[in-house]
Amino acid sequence: MVLDAKVPGGPLAQKWDRHRFELKLVSPANKRKFTIIVVGTGLAGGSAAATLAELGYNVKSFCIQDSPRRAHSIAAQGGINAAKNYPNDGDSIWRLFYDTIKGGDFRAREANVYRLAQVSNLIIDHCTAQGIPFAREYGGLLANRSFGGAQVSRTFYARGQTGQQLLLGAYSAMMRQVTAGKIRVFPRREMLDLVLVNGHAKGIITRNLITGELERHAADAVVLATGGYANVYFLSTNAMSSNVTATYRAYKRGAFFANPCFTQIHPTCIPVHGTYQSKLTLMSESLRNDGRVWVPKKPGDKRPPNEIPEEERDYYLERKYPSFGNLVPRDVASRNAKAQCDQGKGVGETGLAVYLDFADAIKRDGREVIERKYGNLFAMYQKITGEDPYQTPMKIYPAVHYTMGGLWVDYNLMSTIDGLFVIGEANFSDHGANRLGASALMQGLADGYFILPYTIGDYLAGYLGEKVSTDHSSFKEVEKEVREKTDRLLAIGGKRTVDDFHRQLGLIMWDYCGMSRTNEGLEKARRMVRELRAEFWENALVPGNDRDLNQSLERAGRVADFLEFAELMIVDALARQESCGGHFNEAYQTEDNEALRDDENFCHVAAWQYKGVDQEPELHKEPLVFENVKLTQRSYK
Amino acid sequence: MTKTINLTLKVWRQKSPKDKGHFETYHARNISTDMSFLEMLDVINEQLTLDGREPIAFDHDCREGICGMCGAVVNGRPHGPEKETTLCQLHMRHFKDGDVLAIEPWRARAFKVVKDLVMDRTPLDEIMQAGGYISVNAGSAPDANTIPVPAETAELAMDAAQCIGCGACVAACPNASAMLFVGAKVSHLALLPQGRPEAARRAIRMIREMDNLGFGNCSNETECEAECPKGISITNIARLNREFFKASFFASEK
Repeated sequence: MVLDAKVPGGPLAQKWDRHRFELKLVSPANKRKFTIIVVGTGLAGGSAAATLAELGYNVKSFCIQDSPRRAHSIAAQGGINAAKNYPNDGDSIWRLFYDTIKGGDFRAREANVYRLAQVSNLIIDHCTAQGIPFAREYGGLLANRSFGGAQVSRTFYARGQTGQQLLLGAYSAMMRQVTAGKIRVFPRREMLDLVLVNGHAKGIITRNLITGELERHAADAVVLATGGYANVYFLSTNAMSSNVTATYRAYKRGAFFANPCFTQIHPTCIPVHGTYQSKLTLMSESLRNDGRVWVPKKPGDKRPPNEIPEEERDYYLERKYPSFGNLVPRDVASRNAKAQCDQGKGVGETGLAVYLDFADAIKRDGREVIERKYGNLFAMYQKITGEDPYQTPMKIYPAVHYTMGGLWVDYNLMSTIDGLFVIGEANFSDHGANRLGASALMQGLADGYFILPYTIGDYLAGYLGEKVSTDHSSFKEVEKEVREKTDRLLAIGGKRTVDDFHRQLGLIMWDYCGMSRTNEGLEKARRMVRELRAEFWENALVPGNDRDLNQSLERAGRVADFLEFAELMIVDALARQESCGGHFNEAYQTEDNEALRDDENFCHVAAWQYKGVDQEPELHKEPLVFENVKLTQRSYK
Repeated sequence: MTKTINLTLKVWRQKSPKDKGHFETYHARNISTDMSFLEMLDVINEQLTLDGREPIAFDHDCREGICGMCGAVVNGRPHGPEKETTLCQLHMRHFKDGDVLAIEPWRARAFKVVKDLVMDRTPLDEIMQAGGYISVNAGSAPDANTIPVPAETAELAMDAAQCIGCGACVAACPNASAMLFVGAKVSHLALLPQGRPEAARRAIRMIREMDNLGFGNCSNETECEAECPKGISITNIARLNREFFKASFFASEK
């Protein structure tokens, strides 16, 4: 099968305009005849549901939490990028496009990324009109700050809660459409499978998490906005219920999974402290604007930080990358932290941490200024660790945070299954091998507010008058398969809890398919994952039944999928014999230990097709063509 | 340094909304003081599962204090004893060895208990549906810098907008009122110029919906402010009252 990305012709800057003209339209009178399922209510799903409803479509919106307002986009802290150039510091759409392509280590599609930069400004306009309380200058105009991977200030923010405010904006827009009768919200539902009718996505099977009932939902198109899969590592900064199930089941139904090995390790998280730990907490990268990263020069130096004199500290990011300093991209910052700890220079009880020090910033700007910028982050840090970051440097360590890989989509955000659209973190499209800070919010909202609402019409226009119903035999068959799988999980009756399996899987992935990878390690991990998966189906213990709120059963289904999906990540990592962005294979690095790409052989998207459990998936390559930027070795010196 | 403590837990167990419910006692042993409250519950649940008993159902998601999904009343206080702290951010270092903790769901007429500590808070969504938004369709906004907003006003709006919708204010209020929740949303939007055109109708509709859903009224107990994990001030209730009275007297909408 040839992957057709359907990138429109013409010069880069005109592609989206031209495409919007060429897309088929659905007239307002006909929009109300279509129903669209949107799974997930984060920034992508929430904004898509609201906008589709504003246009006149009927929307069925599903979320796993008790309310659409709780999706994990809410935890994004730092900000959202846009090419407004309000600070007059040389920003432009082209620069945002270039920074994003370069930050992604040249593994994203030019046309998609350019479009993202183009619509970024519309997002700021729309969100401001919605009443998002963005930070302001004293003159009343919008304020900006800097973020990793850029030398201009283009990040808009609402204190350290930008994701929360943007999500509540999308949620409010949804609530308005609920009142207008255009959105029906189905909370506490988990999508357990995708239903295809004659090869087209026409519905989903969900589990009502309160009653345990399996439900059939039919529609004219299905949109997945179900986020990323970082919880395959067990410990990550994702919410507890974030999972791969929706996208993985779609993959098993024929949607290709692209670049699953591209995962992002965020450099500024609170270090791990115990085996009972359930999740990791991220501290916004914006902290690196004012905080200075350092370790003691001498390995094994256990003195408290304030007793280590200035000349015995190594501000290694400032030393190695004089022009970007503490603001190098996330993958570079993370790998450097690991390298320092590997040399025995790590700090804290575990030796797996580096300092992020605000003493100089407080001396320069005063405590009040720092408090206004980062007060909530400092308070959060103190709550978790019991230490006061105004007095003593923070301790930070990298943690899994975001996944660039996801279901393959074309320029219209449609997967390889007709009628199945994938938006936000759930798709693979815009961040290449590494995402820059403050770009996730931008992409989620770009997809939901300004891209999908156009492109989905082009698909629907061809199917006016076709009826879909849950009585179709496909719904019955898929529901039966889901029921059998649930019964199987409940019948294992083993001795190990599901969390115990998940924790072990996470350790395997972190050790061998995490920040730094080797071919031997990946091969070993693949064997270990297979063994663990086999043991899961013999020895997992899932209490309760399926006719009730059963959180253990929910987790069991998700972990069962992670156990299969983990292998796909490893297969992808093994196939990509180069290093790029978040995928770092130790055999491929420059003299300065930076990721060494192989553009001749790997300048492509790796899209995997499912062939059965324990079968090799089939690799399809979408070549990446760069007509507007020159591929260079990334350098942040 | 890490230390461990032993606790006695009295946890509310209720099979379904119709079930009467009761407290059950559990012993939490060797709990690290670096654990969060929910991690402590995870440990109890792992043990219950291995013992062949049903684990305690409780809501949680982000575990960093922002999603608003978690929450339980601990010894009579929503989200436990620490100020401006959600249950997931409450750490065991705030408890002493030998403490006895009663853990139960929010108690309010408008919130039904679904199971154990899990509650149904959809009435808060219904209040939002009544007017907790600015009516603007994607694509129709002017340039963001067209309307300047004084920095101080934006900060006040942000103070109110921080609400995480957890419902602790309702649980804390003797009248089970949602006035702090409504006040926060009405204030956030009424303070900003973008929110003015709909301010009157928003205040009237949200208050009316709150009443319809069985929430009580405000009698200035200020318990909500004391328990709010985001420190939302009751001045937002005063602002809500002002918006509501202004609207009742002068607005065309009743």
